[in-house]
Formats: sequence, C-alpha cells, structure tokens
Amino acid sequence: MAIRARVTVTLKNGVLDPQGKAIEGALSTLGFAGVGQVRQGKVFDIELEGTDKAKAETDLTAMCEKLLANTVIEDYAVEIAG
Amino acid sequence: MKSAVVLLPGLNRDRDMIAALTTITGQKPHTVWQTETEIPDVDLIVIPGGFSYGDYLRCGAIGARMPVMQAVAEKARQGVMVMGVCNGFQILLEAGLLPGALMRNATLKFVCREVKLEITNANTAFTRGYQAGQIIRCPVAHHDGNYFADDETLKRLESEGQIVFRYAEGTNPNGSVNDIAGIVSSTGNVLGMMPHPENLIEAAHGGTDGRALFAGALGLAA
Repeated sequence: MAIRARVTVTLKNGVLDPQGKAIEGALSTLGFAGVGQVRQGKVFDIELEGTDKAKAETDLTAMCEKLLANTVIEDYAVEIAG
Repeated sequence: MKSAVVLLPGLNRDRDMIAALTTITGQKPHTVWQTETEIPDVDLIVIPGGFSYGDYLRCGAIGARMPVMQAVAEKARQGVMVMGVCNGFQILLEAGLLPGALMRNATLKFVCREVKLEITNANTAFTRGYQAGQIIRCPVAHHDGNYFADDETLKRLESEGQIVFRYAEGTNPNGSVNDIAGIVSSTGNVLGMMPHPENLIEAAHGGTDGRALFAGALGLAA
C-alpha cells in the first residue's frame, strides 16, 4: 500500500510572474479570447510508503516548508488521494 | 589571508573565483566539496556562480540543502565573512542566510553584459574600499537575478543600510525591486550579489573594479 499525494506550489499574490505573463500573451496570440490573468505554478506527485494519512500530511507539509516551496514567494497546497 | 571556495555540481565560476582569490591573497583558497561538514579556519568563504543542480526546482534550492551549507551557516553565525555571487547569492537566499528571493528575469531573457553598479553603502566590511555613491563597472550573467522581497523586508533592508549595490540608473538588467544588485545580512558579514566582481580583478580583464570588494572583505588594502 502506498499513499499518493499531489503538492501544488503557486506564486503568492502580488509576486510578479513574468512566465505567466508570457503564457498569457501567447494564449491571446493563438486567438483565445477572454483570457484573464495566467499564473504559472508547479505540481509534485509524491508516493509515500504506509497508510497513515495523518502522518503523510504532516510529512508533506514539512517537505513543502523545507524544500518544495520557497515560502518567501510561494504558497503550497497538499492533497492526499482518497 | 585565507579563503575557501564552496564547490557544488553545476557551479561553473569556481575557477574564476579561485583565480581571483589567489591573485588577491597570494595563496590558493581551500576548496570545500558539498558533502563536507567542516570548513577550515578562513577569513572569507565564497560560494561562486553557476547552475548548481541545473537550477532544478528553483535556482539554488538543492545546493542550499547540501551538508556543506550547514557548515557555512555555522561559520556565518561565528562572524566569518561569507560571500555568494550569482548562483552563490541564490543559494544564500535559499539557505535562509539572507532575506528575499531571486526570480526569473522580468524580460525572461538570460542577460550577459556589463552593468554599472552604485555603491549604496560603503560602511560594510565588503564595500569599505569604495565610496558611497561611487559607480563601478561589473559584468552580469544570469537568468534568475530578479530580486524580490516583501514590503516589510524591503523597508528593513533600506532603513538598515543592507542594500550595498544597486544597478545604476537605467541599467537594471532583470527587474529587481528597487534596483537591488547586492545585499548584506543584518550582521553585515554575509554578502549576496548577482554581478561578478571576480571578473574585474586584473588589467587583462579590462578593469579592476572588483578588486576592492575582495580586498575589503579580507581586510587588505586594495
């Protein structure tokens, strides 16, 4: 048994995202009308041994704080598959 | 005066940094590999530029978590002078030894050219060889040099004189907030900067504007 989790890391509000801006521009170049703001982020799919979801959540939060996110500029969300 | 250069896979400015330190101190710096947990007694520890771990995850993120960085943090706490240039700056930020973060250049382009730097604070050990307001030449070469910090941190950096180098008017190559090119820690002994002073040391480089920085950090006359 393994626990599957998805960690999403996104830029905090107010942090300039030049890559998101470039993607936004490219989408309108392609003719997609009505595209508002685009913000780029990262997704990590992580497998964890064991079945203890509470422990997994604690561990994943620690992983975000210590490595996966730079909390100066990024927010993170942890999602554990049901 | 003794110095040490931290080595991580993917750094590529280590040879330039070693050459600069050798020229200035008259002796080769120690080199300290990423897995080492002890750094010899030195006056200055330098983390050079490059692309440690291929900039995977975030620039400097993986390198900042290697064992050697705990040793660097301990030395910094003891008051040893620590300097990070380019990727070294990114690593110091990711390691929490300096505040803020470096993001992708606002233009999204890699910039490799000479800029002008203004010495914003000449009252630090690193910048004592310059005059406040002096403009020096310095090359930059980076993709992620766009300095960012929250408003509260910026206010503190400004009011405490922790911003030591700014891109001189009109030369900001990366969108850094407040034109910040280099900052020191609140304790004054840790410096991070994006430009490469190690590349302006000898007349053959086309200029020697970087020399006073190393001389200052090492307590030598430039």
